[in-house]
Amino acid sequence: MQLEYFHMIDRIVDLKVDEKTIVVEAQVPKESTIFEGHFPGYPLMPGVLLIESMAQASGWLQLGVFRFERMPILAAVKEAKVRGSVFPGDLMSIEARLTHEGSGYAMTEAKIRVGGKLRANSALTFTLIPFPNADMRGYMAKVAERVGFPQQAVSP
Amino acid sequence: MSSTFDQVATIIAETCDIPRDTITPDSHAIDDLGIDSLDFLDIAFAIDKQFGIKLPLEKWTQEVNDGKATTEQYFVLKNLCARIDELVAAKGASA
Repeated sequence: MQLEYFHMIDRIVDLKVDEKTIVVEAQVPKESTIFEGHFPGYPLMPGVLLIESMAQASGWLQLGVFRFERMPILAAVKEAKVRGSVFPGDLMSIEARLTHEGSGYAMTEAKIRVGGKLRANSALTFTLIPFPNADMRGYMAKVAERVGFPQQAVSP
Repeated sequence: MSSTFDQVATIIAETCDIPRDTITPDSHAIDDLGIDSLDFLDIAFAIDKQFGIKLPLEKWTQEVNDGKATTEQYFVLKNLCARIDELVAAKGASA
């Protein structure tokens, strides 16, 4: 995880395109400037970054299901619950499930667990846009390689 | 069984917190009811689920943007309901 670049996801553990589910891992760094302010003496992953992590896990799921033809953009956060704190050094296991494929939009449900315990969950809505330019498409392809996106999962 | 319009009006009222009695078949979802594109996603989701269809929002938006259709054709509720009925009928015919 590189918080300063908003790279929340470290690796894709399991992407099941047919079942429309994904599991990813995200290692929270032990140190970050974010923790210097949030909070001194009690460093804690901000809730919004937990939501962002669930959104990114959901994003990789959609890139798989929609075969990299559209870029999912977070549009709405519903029923987000932070059920327990996530601390520096924690390994987050994030699972997401595609719950609805609309025309130009999609919805997911995502959960974060640490050590098997549920720490956060949310229902998320995304708009699906064409990649706006080749740079972004290329960048996402590079990140896909870094996180171990299984190309064979979306091969024809 | 309630009409398509009654079901859609109830969805809109519950999704967007709009008084049900202000929603009529001639209401324009955007211009009269003030529903924005993000709220309309929730409405589309509820309609998709309730009627077992997939509202072709992207196609409609493209047609409006290209000047091939007006927003009234798709977002005045009586017209929206007619489109829903067509999609339900098409689904039934292909089943």
